[in-house]
Amino acid sequence: MSEPAAAFRLTDEQRALRDAVRLVARERVAPRAAEIDRTAEFPWDIKELLAAQDILGLPYPIEYGGLGADLLTTCLAIEALSAACATTGLILAVHELASLPIVMAGTDEQKQRWLPDLAAGKALIAFALTEAGAGSDAGAIATRAVREGDDYVLDGTKRFISQGSVAHLITVFAVTDPAGKRHRNLSCFVVEKDRPGFSVGRLEHKMGIRGSPTSELLFDGVRVPAANRVGAEGEGFALAMRTFERSRPGIAAQAVGIAQGALDVAAHYATERVQFGKPIAEFQMIQAMLADMDATTEAARSLLYTACAAIEAGEGDPGRWAAVCKLVAGDAAMRVTTDAVQVLGGYGYVDEFPVERMMRDAKITQLYEGTQQIQRLVVARSLLTAQR
Amino acid sequence: MRIVVLAKPVPDTTGQERLGPDLRVDRAASPAVVNANDEYAIEAALKLREAAGEGTVTLLAMAPETAPETLRKALAMGADSGVLVTDPALAGSDTLSTARVLAAALDRLEYDLVLAGADTSDGGTGTVAAGVATLTGLPYLSYAARIEPSGAVVRVRRISPTGYDQLEAALPALVVATQALGEPRYPSLKGIMAARSKEIVTWSLADLGLDPSEVGGSAATTKVLRAEAPPARAATRVIRAPAAEAADQLVEFLAERRLI
Repeated sequence: MSEPAAAFRLTDEQRALRDAVRLVARERVAPRAAEIDRTAEFPWDIKELLAAQDILGLPYPIEYGGLGADLLTTCLAIEALSAACATTGLILAVHELASLPIVMAGTDEQKQRWLPDLAAGKALIAFALTEAGAGSDAGAIATRAVREGDDYVLDGTKRFISQGSVAHLITVFAVTDPAGKRHRNLSCFVVEKDRPGFSVGRLEHKMGIRGSPTSELLFDGVRVPAANRVGAEGEGFALAMRTFERSRPGIAAQAVGIAQGALDVAAHYATERVQFGKPIAEFQMIQAMLADMDATTEAARSLLYTACAAIEAGEGDPGRWAAVCKLVAGDAAMRVTTDAVQVLGGYGYVDEFPVERMMRDAKITQLYEGTQQIQRLVVARSLLTAQR
Repeated sequence: MRIVVLAKPVPDTTGQERLGPDLRVDRAASPAVVNANDEYAIEAALKLREAAGEGTVTLLAMAPETAPETLRKALAMGADSGVLVTDPALAGSDTLSTARVLAAALDRLEYDLVLAGADTSDGGTGTVAAGVATLTGLPYLSYAARIEPSGAVVRVRRISPTGYDQLEAALPALVVATQALGEPRYPSLKGIMAARSKEIVTWSLADLGLDPSEVGGSAATTKVLRAEAPPARAATRVIRAPAAEAADQLVEFLAERRLI
């Protein structure tokens, strides 16, 4: 059994930072959200805004130019951004995800080399684990990294890589020991995008998070110095799993933000939309839906904050905390956004209002950084291991 | 360049502002924010400091003792420090009293330039800055659309009903900022973190050498006789349609009323 995490309360600092991000999200990001979705173009202007406001620097240590924010504070920012625009929330979430291996396992030289530009938002970074044949089964990766003197040569193809086409650095997981044991044969590398042999392949045409380019990345004999390997040889899989312990709450935060954004639209709409001579908010069937949406969102949020506090404090199994909050929040986002479309009726189904976009955006939170089924697997494994 | 900005905490106008029994703004009823027009002055001051590559921006406020948190939000935009004049005897101050207090505070500060917002969203008289300039003897340059310090003088482009006036005055001077100077910046997250440890000095009337009989409600030369709610606005029609269609509807609306 894992111990319940200590009760938390947001600090004044966390509130101040969250409120600042929320203001920028409402005034500067929200008005761009529909266009970002429609054009399916990466919002460079929004990335510059996040960099200028130091929002991209949140998860980085202060000594490398970041804010040194804890996991919960970073999640508060992702939540606030995602309430306005899920693509924008994802910019920060991916930035953190792909940087985590460097932050957790990089040498001081590697941190000095890469983190300042990432913290300043001058460079973007993508996380390249998934392949066409290796999704939930990350151990099935086929991309190879062969040691040649002081270098490694990478060959293979990554798929479904968020922001892969706009990133300056790619955190790549590749097999260094094909004869080695499963989950012990991967290593992690940072590849600069201008390395010969690296190229971007197809871009996916997606249902949601359309402003975030999801890319195929091709590695054709890409030579990187051994100094670009992050962590020891063979530790790649374990490093990826440790990364997810801190990145999945970011996706949960994105989900909570999307849910809150949809709830806000639905509640406001219900007070304005008049049918049968009165605002539909006065009908109990609408009230019940809104109340359930609010309760569902708040429950997911509370679990997320508790999970962040527990992971930061090292209480219990961090993998379980990350999985339970992502599982609950992803399902909450899907349910709340679906109900938001229902509250708006026909207007919810058309792009005049943002809830149909939010419903499409919500779906991805049940899929990436581990499907909901993988989250259940992680939770069950943690639960049952504790029984022994 | 040492710049002092007069920055007033006012009730958040998006909240439920209320009047107290004395028909003055009940400052405890709604959260305080920095007066929106003063944010333009702060932004202008920060730009001047950046352009000069050196200097300081100090915020000066007369406000209730809860004001430091509000000032801190403005410090997060990048100002260096704050000075808060607060004293229970200041309750009920009118604009002349406020100007006396701010002028007395300025006498204790070193500065080259004082900036103020055009008016405040609570009292809204727009006369405090002029009062401060009069009492301190500073040149008063109002409605600035451009501020250019140059050596020992400042040049200001003042908005006038027919265009612009070009003004020049010796420093130190007091300049009233307008929205034409540019949108206030959002506080960056590092700015917020840095603001948490910036100094906000608190001065009482005694610190300023002012006698409570000179300021505050007892010394007020103006009296609020009556307060009335503004007349309800007529129903607003909002046109929501694609641009071309919206333009047609707007033209039709104006044509119906023979306005075009």
